[in-house]
Amino acid sequence: MTAHLTVVRTGPLDLLQDVGRTGHAADGVGRSGAADRGSYALANSLVGNPAGAAVIECTLGGLTVRAEEDLFVAVTGAPAAAEVDGDLVAHASRILLGRGQTLRLRTPRTGLRSYLAVGGGIAVPTVLGSASSDTLSELGPAPLANGDTLPIGAHDPTAVSVAPATTTDATVIGEAVTALRVLLGPRDDWFTNAADLAVGEWQVSVHSNRVGLRLHRPASAAAAGSSVADTGPPAPPLQRNSTRELPSEGLPLGAIQVPPSGQPVLFLADHPLTGGYPVIAVVLDDDIDRAAQLRPGQRLRFVLTS
Amino acid sequence: MTPRLLTAGDRAVLVQTDDLATTLAITARIRQAHLPEMEDLIPASETLLVRVIAGTDISSFGARVLALAIGTHIDDSAVDLGHPLHIPVRYNGPDLEEVARETGLSCAEVIRAHVGTPWRAAFVGFAPGFAYLAGGDPRLRVPRHAESRTSVPAGSVAIAGGFSAVYPRQSPGGWRIIGTTDATLWDIDADPPAAVQPGGWVRFVDIDATATPSTTSRSTSRTATKGAR
Repeated sequence: MTAHLTVVRTGPLDLLQDVGRTGHAADGVGRSGAADRGSYALANSLVGNPAGAAVIECTLGGLTVRAEEDLFVAVTGAPAAAEVDGDLVAHASRILLGRGQTLRLRTPRTGLRSYLAVGGGIAVPTVLGSASSDTLSELGPAPLANGDTLPIGAHDPTAVSVAPATTTDATVIGEAVTALRVLLGPRDDWFTNAADLAVGEWQVSVHSNRVGLRLHRPASAAAAGSSVADTGPPAPPLQRNSTRELPSEGLPLGAIQVPPSGQPVLFLADHPLTGGYPVIAVVLDDDIDRAAQLRPGQRLRFVLTS
Repeated sequence: MTPRLLTAGDRAVLVQTDDLATTLAITARIRQAHLPEMEDLIPASETLLVRVIAGTDISSFGARVLALAIGTHIDDSAVDLGHPLHIPVRYNGPDLEEVARETGLSCAEVIRAHVGTPWRAAFVGFAPGFAYLAGGDPRLRVPRHAESRTSVPAGSVAIAGGFSAVYPRQSPGGWRIIGTTDATLWDIDADPPAAVQPGGWVRFVDIDATATPSTTSRSTSRTATKGAR
């Protein structure tokens, strides 16, 4: 008999995600998948799932689910307080959710995306080999809705014993100013001074989502209690050194694209495959997960590496 | 120009080629090389992005990709039109007259120009199955609308910036719509789902002029009519 998990009540945005789709660039299909890949992998490992199992990516908490059979679950990523039938349970831990019990995620104080893995994985039909919801291409399962019943795959309880029952989170979340390391290029030569990207702070706009973080300079870094040591003039805008047009080209995950407004977009999991604005730099792969946990209003700075 | 390698983070390299034929030739060469670290390839009109799996030493990978790119033989005379996908179009788009005005052509001349040359898919992006078709009649070069339409119906045949495309699904869009087709260019159950792949050839056919022998399909070509794929 197949086990099930019922979605009692959704939060602001709850999506099914896994490792995403690869090998479909020629079809115009991007990778998608969990935005914070480290927290996603940890959630699966805590419940003994094979890498690649589908989980729920829960944005800003607010999700309540009910187990229709005994299930192992784990919540990682943004530390949303989790309650089983009203009793607080540990973050980033394996939890037994008994038949008929509900798990409720509160709004996390820091971070943006929590990952709820279920032992056996969420066994929905895949599209092009993945159960991920791609919000840009509108491929894969629809966002979860109240009353959805999610089938759970067969669970191998012996696999659980090899995974640690509790561990620290994979992704550092909730820093005052998040530093993200970048490599300049491929189009840093399109700017009068590309290194200006790493001068001063940037702030995450409310118009940010799984496609990318829209960034702007904070209204007043000093007034906001900036930790930046320099007390010099305001951070410089990013200026193009010509008005020529760039033929559209492929975009990697973490690309920082600069449209004519000078306000960069840092591309996340559901980014478009190609873009026609110059990419000034790309965030290192190891720092993508922390970028994916940044909330609107949070500040960050870029650190040049080579 | 010799292909160049540009930095694109630590999980991808960008090869600058400067023209579509070179991009497609290098794309084919890199595919054939079956590099185990390669995750995905995104060709565009003048560049090729090669993405790699985690843990790859990007410097040595980039060096191998560049060596393959530089060693690729580009022979335009050998370009095989293959079996162009014939896309039947009813040229009744809301922007047809506007395009005629801006190009200084009559509507009939716009249509003749659109069906008159083969188009080649430079890359597929923007949306699943949305192929950027290049190489058409240069007189058809018009800019995008200043403001995008919030909803463009599936099957809209459009031009902008020297490219042509068919909107495979309903989506927002800023291109000039000159016609419509019933052809299915995106089918999630087909393999591959996108009927037009990078490097693929397309010919548009005016279905209101199908009596003309020159626009009927060659016996070997497939016609992208609904249900045909």
